[in-house]
Amino acid sequence: MFILEKRPTPSKFWAWGTPFLAVVLTMIAGSIMFAVLGKNPFEAIRTIFWDPLFNEQFAAYSRPQLLVKAGPLILIAIGLSLGFRAGIWNIGAEGQYIMGAIFGAGVGLAFYPLDAFYIFPLMVIAGAAGGLLWAMIPAILKTRFSTNEILVSLLLVYVAENILASMSLGLLRNPEGGGFPGSRNLSQYDAAANHELFAGTGMHWGVVAAFIAVIASYILLQRHMLGFQIKLAGQAPRAARFAGVSPNKLVVLCMAISGALAGLAGVFEVSGPAGQISIDFNVGYGFTAIIVAFLGRLNPIGILLAGLLMALTYIGGELAQFMLGLPSAAIQAFQGMLLFFLLAVDLLSNYRIRLMLFAKEAR
Amino acid sequence: MTRETLLSIEGISKSYPGVKANDDVSFRIGEGEVHALLGENGAGKSTLVKMIYGLVKPDEGKMAFRREGYAPSEPREARSLGVAMVFQHFSLFDALNVAENVALGMDNPPPMRELASRIREVSESYGLPLDPSRLVGDLSAGERQRVEIIRCLLQDPKLLIMDEPTSVLTPQEVEILFHTLRKLAAEGTSILYISHKLEEIKALCDEATILRRGKVVGTCTPREQSAREMAEMMVGATLNAPERAATEPGPVALTVTDLSVASPSAFGTSLKGVGFEVRQGEVLGIGGVAGNGQDELLLALSGEIRTPAETVRIHGRGIGHLGPNERRRDGVCTAPEERLGHAAAPDMSLMENALLSASVRKNLTRRGFIDWQGTRDYAEGVVKTFDVRTPGIGTAARALSGGNLQKFVLGREIMQEPEVIIVNQPTWGVDAAAAAFIRQALLNRAAAGAAVVVISQDIDEIMEIADRFAALNEGRLSEPVPTQGLTIDQIGLMLGGAHGMHDAEVPHHVHP
Repeated sequence: MFILEKRPTPSKFWAWGTPFLAVVLTMIAGSIMFAVLGKNPFEAIRTIFWDPLFNEQFAAYSRPQLLVKAGPLILIAIGLSLGFRAGIWNIGAEGQYIMGAIFGAGVGLAFYPLDAFYIFPLMVIAGAAGGLLWAMIPAILKTRFSTNEILVSLLLVYVAENILASMSLGLLRNPEGGGFPGSRNLSQYDAAANHELFAGTGMHWGVVAAFIAVIASYILLQRHMLGFQIKLAGQAPRAARFAGVSPNKLVVLCMAISGALAGLAGVFEVSGPAGQISIDFNVGYGFTAIIVAFLGRLNPIGILLAGLLMALTYIGGELAQFMLGLPSAAIQAFQGMLLFFLLAVDLLSNYRIRLMLFAKEAR
Repeated sequence: MTRETLLSIEGISKSYPGVKANDDVSFRIGEGEVHALLGENGAGKSTLVKMIYGLVKPDEGKMAFRREGYAPSEPREARSLGVAMVFQHFSLFDALNVAENVALGMDNPPPMRELASRIREVSESYGLPLDPSRLVGDLSAGERQRVEIIRCLLQDPKLLIMDEPTSVLTPQEVEILFHTLRKLAAEGTSILYISHKLEEIKALCDEATILRRGKVVGTCTPREQSAREMAEMMVGATLNAPERAATEPGPVALTVTDLSVASPSAFGTSLKGVGFEVRQGEVLGIGGVAGNGQDELLLALSGEIRTPAETVRIHGRGIGHLGPNERRRDGVCTAPEERLGHAAAPDMSLMENALLSASVRKNLTRRGFIDWQGTRDYAEGVVKTFDVRTPGIGTAARALSGGNLQKFVLGREIMQEPEVIIVNQPTWGVDAAAAAFIRQALLNRAAAGAAVVVISQDIDEIMEIADRFAALNEGRLSEPVPTQGLTIDQIGLMLGGAHGMHDAEVPHHVHP
């Protein structure tokens, strides 16, 4: 029989090895699922992981999409990872993302049709503020009344979705849109548009912000006292209090950072790839970013890689639906498998598996 | 005196990855014998008794119980043969009453009413007063231990294993326990008694086996040996009693006035109007049985619990409203009792743990950025000066033995050169050599002009290093008195001891 034996110190090798093992296991289990669905598993895996980047026919369109999709995921996941490390569970990044977009777009549309260099920076600031303020609701309720931030932040997503619907039908609706829901298209309004920085790369300001966030968060965690306090609070809350960390301050701070980064992702999305506020503006980046944060083991570099991988499965998944006629549910199941296997093999970093030949003696 | 052999152990070895916990250990326990297993922390005592109790399987060697081969594969099997064990850390549920807790630990518990009357019977006949209907959460540490002992006695054991049983007891409670154990031995029950307290072993045990680094290094008859000789066998070196420099205490450094604090935990003890002062160069010992407000007192002094400014003053200035780091800046350093999880983060390296409390006084940050080089130097300094045995400062705190981690924690605080240092249980679960080292370090800090407060349940420790003694009982602190000339009996009474408590409770238990 197999028994699990706790390692004296967590294995460094498996801490980095488990994500790769999880990807491999996902490919194997996914292949079986695709085969059962009557598709050629090798073709399906190739379509998801290889074609988006290297297929001559599709790569020109898909390759820029990688950064477009990965940018907001990474930006949001970096913010979430700081809170998760401190044991503060902001599940409502999706709502903060929506509010960032509404605030940012609102500022941009208020200036329409003025052409001035300061409009886009103001939108960015407003977007960050929108996400931050939305995240302050669960933060302050938690510090004042000990409410659970998981529930409050999650439920506020649905509030934000309704505000989004109201905005696209009411306040921010395009007056020249012939009564259709949705705001003016910001990408057609130069002073407020978040254009692609290098043609054909998908690189826009949001991706730049994501890279900056990765570097800043790496430095924060490795070199700064605040990063140390975040890690300490997550690992040993009593030792953190002994070290003089105020739990309430940390809650407010971590929620503020994750809210602001989610808001930034929202404003960059609405002014760039999405272009406008509309009822279906949000596509779940805020939730997927939770998976990205854990897939990257809450480590900035890991999150960068995980964000790119996740974006790849999205793009490749769409391609597989389109090319092979795979149902979208199969693609979602495939993405779910990734998280499942990641969590399942995670225990290898803290435990080793030993084969015991005599079951009775094992006890 | 020759006795029939109850349990014999021959050539037992057990290895864990990287360490040989037991190496060819042999000894025998006679019927009705009180046998001491003596050794420092990490000498392999716990591994050995876990093998006897069936929790761990030996790699080599054999055991015989009443001349028959004995190889329990699980504790249930050991219990069915009459081997019982009282652990150092109790496994009791605070929210259940005594009888329910006893039933949970039995293989075939009788109906509750019958069990309650049997508990009462056993507790009376062995002089261990205990009311089966009381909630365990309301019991003192000594009473909780009685629950564990009675749970064992109900199974009518042939061999009772006791792991460091006196570490949580007042001197009077120790007397009650010894009385019970002697009575059991006289009735023919063998007792394997694990301890590193030599005076107790001299008082109680017939034979002793001494372990060092997993090997048997000697056997002796404790009554015929001096405590010093046994200690030296145990440690394998000569021991020096701590030296105190005779200095005149300076001006008052720490003043605590009317300190009342509600306990942060449900079964904790709130502090009620605690007051004392400590002078520079002086050591104040605060004694008391566990759970009488020690943790709360440390939290209030470290700044983890804040109180009105004037309740805690340093050099006359109120600091009660300040947090831990502001107090450190003012020269107050503390070391909590719980090493892993409170004083140190288990999964962090020693280097990171050095940063944990020393960042302020050792200037280990520049505008918020960590000076890792300075931190590394400081951690290495602590490891070197305090003789912390570790492969390196990159090792996780939880990988260190209790004594080594405690040396690190104390070293980390003392090397910050605090003006006031408060430590809770500085040598709990620490081996004799490390304990002597830690006590000497505290005395040296006092000699260098610091005011030292030692909160401890170990009366010998307080007598050894403190200038004055005060007892903490149910959150109230007695008037501090000089330790010079104080007897153990007087201390016991001050602790709220046994007289006040047990004489009042015995009748209550007999006629509930």
